[in-house]
Amino acid sequence: MSNSKTLLEIRNLLVSRGGSRVLEIPSFVLHANETVALIGPNGTGKSSFLLALAGLLPLESGEIFFRQQSIVPGFSSTEYRRKLAMVFQEPLLFDTTVFDNVALGLRLRHMGSREIHERVHACLERFRIAHLADRSARKLSGGEAQRTSLARAFATRPEIILLDEPFVALDPPARQALSDDLEFVLRESGVTAILTTHDQMDALRLAGRMVVMQQGKIVQSGSPSAVLNQPVNEFVATFVGMENIFTGTVTESTNGLFSVSVAGQTIEIMGGGAPHESVVICIRPENIVISLVNPEVKTSSRNIFTGTITKVVQLGLFNKVYLDCGLSLVATITNQSLEKLVLQAGDQVVASFKATAVHVLRQG
Amino acid sequence: MELFVEGILKAWNLIVSLDAEVYAVTLLSLKISCSATLVSLFIGIPAGVFLALSDFPGRRFVISLVNTGMGLPPVVVGLFVTLFLWRNGPLGFLEILYTPTAMILAQAVIATPIVTGITVASIQNLPANLKLQVQALGATRLQTVWILVREARLPLLAAVMAGFGGVISEVGASIMVGGNIKGQTRVLTTATVMETGKGNFDVAIALSLILMVLAFSVNYLLTVIQQRERPR
Repeated sequence: MSNSKTLLEIRNLLVSRGGSRVLEIPSFVLHANETVALIGPNGTGKSSFLLALAGLLPLESGEIFFRQQSIVPGFSSTEYRRKLAMVFQEPLLFDTTVFDNVALGLRLRHMGSREIHERVHACLERFRIAHLADRSARKLSGGEAQRTSLARAFATRPEIILLDEPFVALDPPARQALSDDLEFVLRESGVTAILTTHDQMDALRLAGRMVVMQQGKIVQSGSPSAVLNQPVNEFVATFVGMENIFTGTVTESTNGLFSVSVAGQTIEIMGGGAPHESVVICIRPENIVISLVNPEVKTSSRNIFTGTITKVVQLGLFNKVYLDCGLSLVATITNQSLEKLVLQAGDQVVASFKATAVHVLRQG
Repeated sequence: MELFVEGILKAWNLIVSLDAEVYAVTLLSLKISCSATLVSLFIGIPAGVFLALSDFPGRRFVISLVNTGMGLPPVVVGLFVTLFLWRNGPLGFLEILYTPTAMILAQAVIATPIVTGITVASIQNLPANLKLQVQALGATRLQTVWILVREARLPLLAAVMAGFGGVISEVGASIMVGGNIKGQTRVLTTATVMETGKGNFDVAIALSLILMVLAFSVNYLLTVIQQRERPR
């Protein structure tokens, strides 16, 4: 399991906080230079997981290995903690200047003042806050404060950086700007990073691997496209935005295609299945094509349903169209398509999707 | 009313004429209360930091004891310190009863729970994750404590003020363990009690005025420091 690229490894981790079990992770491996996005709903143990990795939580059982060396959490692991940096949801700045905040980690390491000066200024530049160096940390905007917190973490040149929802407290423009800058710094530094988020876009943009957590456990780990397109269970599917989730029964299976009966409709899916097997199927809303009723149009889609639009919800950049085709489907379409097709509630339309666009979850 | 105005005028004369006895009493008051406050800071701040940051069974009980101690009646402290320092008491061999040292001891006993209690509250008022953030930056145990105390420095100044304010104005313990001996253990509060008892209202008023000016000056100084640090 572990090899030369393994930076951090967890075995049989159990952690409780305030009397209740918050983490139960049989194994987790972090490789050098990878960026991992830890996603999951609030209160699911993402922050606790980062704190445990940072050596800041007492472990009920299990072990953490850094470069094959076992870590004892707490004050005895100062050497290990100095190889890591962590950024929390709130900036947690100290009541002093921006410069002194960013310098703190270096001062704790007894670095010379000239080197501190150089490193701090380089970090302030990278996060575009050099002009705030002498400002009191109490007089910063939310975005500036979080930039200071990030600069403070990067100033120590950690081997691993842990970012706990670093944008969650920011308004959208500040969030976008900071997310862009962080993406640049992460790529430029090549530092191994884990960030928690509940925003899939951040995860997609920043991370090479997605890890989904549910109630203190890791339920899926893989490339972003694997997690988004092949969720392992209904929880992950719902969480990553699969909206068309149905339970059905396999009716027949032939030539690499099988049919599933859902609410009286038959859906054809690529793959195989045993008759009478109960399955959960998911279709991403963006994989459903909406067209006007026109018998002359030919399509390669195996699944074609005629139905009525029940509502159209405008979401700015795109729209969600809710359909009743015997089963309730949700499709996303662009503003341009909505305009061209002049869609509104009550219209008859055709919804189609390929047999390859259906993802099957098997229970148990 | 006449008594009051006359008293104030005479008091003013006593103060501006640099009356030797009044000044000696004032100086001793300052010396004893400052020393006691200092002692209470040396004990109370580390104890408060420990109580706020550590986790042991019975911690809450100890904190409630400290909080109760913040309102310790000075006469009760005076009584117990006297019992301890009495010739046959456990600390009788020190032979410090009726000396300024005994008064410092008694006042320190009064001020320490105040300083400890406010320190616990100041440290616990810091953001919950701040301690973790400090550790995440690679701080050792000592560095962590130092940084957290520095972060709580403004509310900690309130601990200094409350501690000093509590002991400079206290009379019960001072009179019991000091004995109000002229030129030795007579301080502003004990002298005020005595002069009032003797009907020397002018002297009593002079002493009270000095006491209030002293308490105000020290608190004003600390407040200026505290507010200068606070961002506007």
